[in-house]
Amino acid sequence: MTLLTGWGRTAPTRATVARPRTAGEAAELVATAGRRGVVARGLGRAYGDAAQNAGGLVLDCTALEPSWHVDATGLVTASAGISLHDLMTALIPRGWFVPVTPGTRHITVGGAVAADVHGKNHHVDSSFGAHLRSLRLLTADGAVRTLGPGDDLFWATVGGMGLTGVIVEATFQCVPIETAWMRVDVERTRDLDHTLETMAAADGGHRYTVAWIDLLARGRRMGRGVLTRGDHAAPGDLPARARGNPLAFAPRPLLSAPPWVPGGLLNRATVRAFNAAWYGKAPAAPRRVVQGIAPFFHPLDGVDGWNRMYGPRGFVQYQFVVPFGAEDTLRRVVERLSGAGVVSFLTVLKRFGAGTPGMLSFPMPGWTLALDIPAGQRGLAAMLTEFDGWVAAAGGRLYLAKDSRMSAATMAATYPRLAEWREIRRGADPDGVFVSDLARRLRLC
Amino acid sequence: MRNALGSVDTVLLLGGRSEIGLAIVERLVRRGARRVVLAARGAATPGGAAPAAGDVLSTAVAQLERLGAEVHVLDFDAARPETHAALIEEAAAKVGDLDVVIPAFGVLGSQAVYDADPVAAARDVAVNFGGHVSIGLAAARRLREQGHGTLVVLSSVAGVRVRKANFVYGSAKAGLDGFAQGLADALHGSGARVVVVRPGFVIGRMTRGMTPAPMAVTAAEVADAVVEALDTRKGTVWVPARLRLAFAVMRLLPRPLWRRLPR
Repeated sequence: MTLLTGWGRTAPTRATVARPRTAGEAAELVATAGRRGVVARGLGRAYGDAAQNAGGLVLDCTALEPSWHVDATGLVTASAGISLHDLMTALIPRGWFVPVTPGTRHITVGGAVAADVHGKNHHVDSSFGAHLRSLRLLTADGAVRTLGPGDDLFWATVGGMGLTGVIVEATFQCVPIETAWMRVDVERTRDLDHTLETMAAADGGHRYTVAWIDLLARGRRMGRGVLTRGDHAAPGDLPARARGNPLAFAPRPLLSAPPWVPGGLLNRATVRAFNAAWYGKAPAAPRRVVQGIAPFFHPLDGVDGWNRMYGPRGFVQYQFVVPFGAEDTLRRVVERLSGAGVVSFLTVLKRFGAGTPGMLSFPMPGWTLALDIPAGQRGLAAMLTEFDGWVAAAGGRLYLAKDSRMSAATMAATYPRLAEWREIRRGADPDGVFVSDLARRLRLC
Repeated sequence: MRNALGSVDTVLLLGGRSEIGLAIVERLVRRGARRVVLAARGAATPGGAAPAAGDVLSTAVAQLERLGAEVHVLDFDAARPETHAALIEEAAAKVGDLDVVIPAFGVLGSQAVYDADPVAAARDVAVNFGGHVSIGLAAARRLREQGHGTLVVLSSVAGVRVRKANFVYGSAKAGLDGFAQGLADALHGSGARVVVVRPGFVIGRMTRGMTPAPMAVTAAEVADAVVEALDTRKGTVWVPARLRLAFAVMRLLPRPLWRRLPR
């Protein structure tokens, strides 16, 4: 029995954790799951309660038949428990890059499918599911089914948060790269309007774009930020010292957060100081730099266990998307957060392109804003609940891999294909064997 | 399920007419709880007769429904421990996992009456202590199985150091407080937890006609403190908070002095 939380370290619950090594072992464990059911867990990077199952069974899938294979066209077949970190370490020197990576490499392939993760290239390349060619899914009946984009169960599983079964293996298309480096244009923006305009104008010009927002800036500086746009670098872009081995990739964490950090370390004063320094360091006019893949995509992976910096009460991630045309909603949220002086250490704004057919998949064309906020802030619950209403009214929604606090009513109002998903899930899992704390909280099943 | 910011979905109140209990439930519903079970004596007969209009219970049901909750009412008798385990299961069958369980039943008889009627004293202790033990253990079993959930135990400063003015009531609360602390330790690491609440004199229906003691509080103040404790990992709540210090001193008073306290 183990107390589990997500990456945000909030709302711990107890479960029995088992570590199957083969799909057969996993099937046996699924068959013995009692009335509290079972859910698969990867590296525990979902911020909320997606990979927790109070009183039930949790399958730690990180040891599940660890194998991967890449063919000459960059088609990769990997077992679900392998991390993107391990895949990248193996694939980048061979000239391949994963089609989509979120802000950390420390997620599993199974988690990437279950959350249909997105990255800085969503406006061009959509989310992970769009690059997926097939899946092997262990279902409640003990069978391992091979599914493809023509199957309903495939699209119930992509973004389905592990509630259709245990993802055992995935096959997806990687993209060719010539170097392990990024050619990056960095530029700072004056205010929210300028941030939005610059991002809209830049759409499509670069494969990867993202803006960091200084939420503590107020008044005419409100919504100022640093816009980063990048592409995979060509050998000619590299500094001379890197040209000898342009595909070398061996990132290591630089620092490690201590095991225990008092609450309140990330407060208004420290975050304001960080924001000012970060903003001040960025150039006023666009400047081109060459950066490694790790610092460009995964800056936080440089600090091992960075989630501990929020102290014992943990933190919440709030990420929503609103369709293009609903910029007013985005502005209201930023105004309100900035006015209330909410401490969000990393606030990130991004434009989404087309979504996938995943029924519970999060991305849709529009603006997405992600915040992380220490859980102890006063009035936070009421403020976020108010935002939920604005987001729902604008036709937007919240990201399930980050959510740890929305209500079942908000879920039902913002995921229009929930009923369809339930129907397909019921077909594959009539007795409701697969369940998680997230599923209970949002009454998904 | 409890969410990351302390809001819960389901609440079971035992002693469905309790002022403090209902004040807690009302706050939890305002913060997002959507399914409530009120268990109270004479709430529903096997024939299905609903409580009479004007009853505290029906008023509470109406109010909680207005706030958006789905409310279930169950018949419950604190003095019949043999029914308690089944009641917990019945509540869970109605609303699913129990996020917060609040046994808030109790009787406050006068010491003079107890002195004259030892049987009445034993009966009240059976409710104030025994009833909480059987409900608490049944609830704990359920919460342990769920792997999450909070049991709120309404203790009292009357049990922290028992006074001669109400030592029957006080000794039951002393027993309850010890039970709750032991249960909290037994549940440590299970995902479930216990919050022990130690209010001072609570002005309200239960103490009507009595002169409030120093540092008296209202049911609303107790409820606010409980809801705040649910947000944090606090295991013990004194209401008001300064009673903690006051009792740290009072526990040390020599017996001859303590027994001279007027009340």
